[in-house]
Amino acid sequence: MQLVLERRAERSTAIAIASPLIAVALTLVTVGILFAIMGKNPIAALIVYFIDPLTDSYSLQEIAVKATPLVMIAVGLSLCYIANIWNIGAEGQFIVGAVCGSWLAVRTNGTDAGSWVLPVMLLLGAIGGALYALIPALCRVRFGASEILTSLMLVYVADLGMDYLVRGPWRDPKGLNFPTTAEFDPVATVPTFIEGGRMHGGAVIALVVVMLATVLLGRMIMGFEIRLVGAAPRAARFSGFNSDNLVYLTFAVSGALAGLAGIIEVAGPVGHLQPNISPGYGFTAIIVAFLGRLNPIGILIAGLFLALTFIGGEEAQISMKVPLDLTKVFQGILLFYVLACDSLIIYRIRLLRTVRKPVHAHG
Amino acid sequence: MLERSSQVDVPSRQPLLQAVGISKRFGTLLANDAIDLELWPAEIHALLGENGAGKSTLVKIIYGLIQPSGGELRWMGQKVELNGPSQARALGIAMVLQHFSLFENLTVAENVVLGLPRSESFFAVSARLAELSRAYGLPLDPKREVWQLSVGERQRIEIVRALMQNPKLLILDEPTSVLTPQEADQLFVVLERLKGEGRTILYISHKLDEVKRLCDTATILRAGKKVATCDPRRETAASLARMMVGADIGEVKAVSGRGVSVPRLVIHKLSLEPDDPHGTHLEEVSLEVRGGEIVGIAGVSGNGQDELFAALSGERLVEDAKSILIDHRPAGSLSVTDRRRLGAAFVPEERLGHGTAPRMKLSENALLTGHAASGMVNKGFVNKPATLAAVDRTTQAFDVRKAKRDPEAVSLSGGNLQKFIVGREILREPGVLVVSQPTWGVDAGAAATIRQALIDLAARGTAVLVVSQDLDELAEIADRIAVMFHGRLSAPLSAAEATRERLGLLMGGANAERPADEHGAKHAVGA
Repeated sequence: MQLVLERRAERSTAIAIASPLIAVALTLVTVGILFAIMGKNPIAALIVYFIDPLTDSYSLQEIAVKATPLVMIAVGLSLCYIANIWNIGAEGQFIVGAVCGSWLAVRTNGTDAGSWVLPVMLLLGAIGGALYALIPALCRVRFGASEILTSLMLVYVADLGMDYLVRGPWRDPKGLNFPTTAEFDPVATVPTFIEGGRMHGGAVIALVVVMLATVLLGRMIMGFEIRLVGAAPRAARFSGFNSDNLVYLTFAVSGALAGLAGIIEVAGPVGHLQPNISPGYGFTAIIVAFLGRLNPIGILIAGLFLALTFIGGEEAQISMKVPLDLTKVFQGILLFYVLACDSLIIYRIRLLRTVRKPVHAHG
Repeated sequence: MLERSSQVDVPSRQPLLQAVGISKRFGTLLANDAIDLELWPAEIHALLGENGAGKSTLVKIIYGLIQPSGGELRWMGQKVELNGPSQARALGIAMVLQHFSLFENLTVAENVVLGLPRSESFFAVSARLAELSRAYGLPLDPKREVWQLSVGERQRIEIVRALMQNPKLLILDEPTSVLTPQEADQLFVVLERLKGEGRTILYISHKLDEVKRLCDTATILRAGKKVATCDPRRETAASLARMMVGADIGEVKAVSGRGVSVPRLVIHKLSLEPDDPHGTHLEEVSLEVRGGEIVGIAGVSGNGQDELFAALSGERLVEDAKSILIDHRPAGSLSVTDRRRLGAAFVPEERLGHGTAPRMKLSENALLTGHAASGMVNKGFVNKPATLAAVDRTTQAFDVRKAKRDPEAVSLSGGNLQKFIVGREILREPGVLVVSQPTWGVDAGAAATIRQALIDLAARGTAVLVVSQDLDELAEIADRIAVMFHGRLSAPLSAAEATRERLGLLMGGANAERPADEHGAKHAVGA
């Protein structure tokens, strides 16, 4: 017996939907085994991870808070990935967006600046993220440098740059020497839905982003261009689309969304600029983009699911004393299975029973 | 194996291979319906049929790529079951596919080794390869990398790779579609020689005169059934065609009194550096195509036709905008989209990946060239009903056969996809049409439809430029023919002057000297 991969004539829609679900199921089994090895009851652990967070309002709000940046970043990344352009540096664009927007918050801190502050901060965040993302785009178009490496390496530049700012020039003089800016004024803060709650206006922006991306990809000529460049680059050139421009465009859009997510995170749940504003949102969003099948609606669902693993991980750390790093292991395994299951969309698995038998030669 | 003897040892009293009542069902489609076939030793046997007649299915069954739903194969009288190509190869069946499966960045020898059992050392294979290619007059340098080779040379690799297995039965799928007449002649010599050694050749083709010239027997398939087995030399091209199609093929008819008007496409001293270091340098290519005429460009592929097409379509821009005029307007520095807006249309050689995005639906592929000037886009939004309507119009006008209204491009057969691509451009009523290899690998019926459409389009006043390696095709439709060689274009010959011999020589670069001029022309005749 032998397993072979056979190319499918047409892509299977049913499998396209089932593939991420199979990946999630396989991840649960694998992580269950990991729990068992660690001496925990797998079923109980999975319940803590995936069911408990869904049972109280605080956790539900927290899931929305975590999903907001994930979804916004992942939608932007999906535009790149559909076009076969590989922006891996969303984490850096997230940070630069947070820094650019925070600049205004720091400058106006303690003044009586009006309600214009927050919108301008969001705008600055988006522009900052976009400009930062254009660096690897430029390097790729002009010099042929791999955008995978350049965008990734710029993450560390952004991270250390922000570190310098919050420890140096922007440090809160009254902050007891902690590396953080002053708390942002109310006009520089994203409002929450419920007084004292955690869910904030960023969630609405994320939903709008999902809707816009759905329209762009499904109905607009620019979405067609993005899909065509990814699906058949030569046909795209024949069609009259310039793939260099598309590199700039998709990097700028994904950078802007990551930057916007960054400033919303800082001006929302965090409330000030500090090191470690992100638990790796920019990287986790890569998993979200693929788990969501590079489809905006799929990404919304995947973003909520990944947010659940963050919250579940925290709960498991508290109640079961398992390390928080397990969440990252979890996410890594998930990405692995998602990419593996993707092969099922293009190929089908067939069992060959008769292979390796000698040629029959009857009389 | 060559060392042993070139003669293959098969009993000649019985068929080498017998297919008895072979059927193959794909879902609801009966691709092969109880087909009988007998291949005898030392025979060149043609398998004729339109696209979708079941030729590919049948040879795939013989080569073990797919298994029949009914019937059986007998190899030298013994029933065999083939569960894979390796089993077919073990019996002595080899196949050369129409689309080569070669790794561009590997050498000839490396490519050949990859297809062989691992028992033999690389050096032994290289040596055997060199010897075999010399012995059969198929010159190949084992150390060259494949990307450096012409299409004809690539085909030689495939043939030599098949011969390395010392096959008793060699299957060739449309082998001459990529060759010059002279190269095809060379191939026929090789095939005759293989036959002389007692080998059997199953020759899939739709070129009837070729089959009449080369083959001893022809089996004709139509709609999955065997129509007849005959001696092609006793048939006429028309009678063979009738059996293939089931009706008389409409002869391509020139429209009488076709008026030729002003030049609509002018190429003037177009020079262009190649995009990649292995491309061809275009040197001072000049040509005028007037409204109402069809001009053909002949030549072996790789002599600059791809570069010329890219320069004409706008996929590559040229520095001097005036070196290309579309309806008197300088277009050399305009984008593809702008050229389409000037009324030009283009059909590239590659159907999948260039002319269409294979995994996209036909409606999206209509948008691919239609977004510029066909009312399919409104304020950045795609008008989906308009794209579907374009698919329906093309389907109807060009008889595109497909399983549903809007399938993925890759699911169409070659002929039907080509009709779609050509139809997509013709229905835009372009003023200038540049089309490359319009009927490459397309069945006779589809080819006739396409050629007739090109003639009718010219009759409506369009300037049509056809780049083709198929001289029969150019002879059939072109008013004037120029030849491309080493990036230069000869002066066009009128249809009457353009004999096969003259064109063949120009295609080989011979006999094309002209008095030295300021450029000291080395090879080709300037226009």
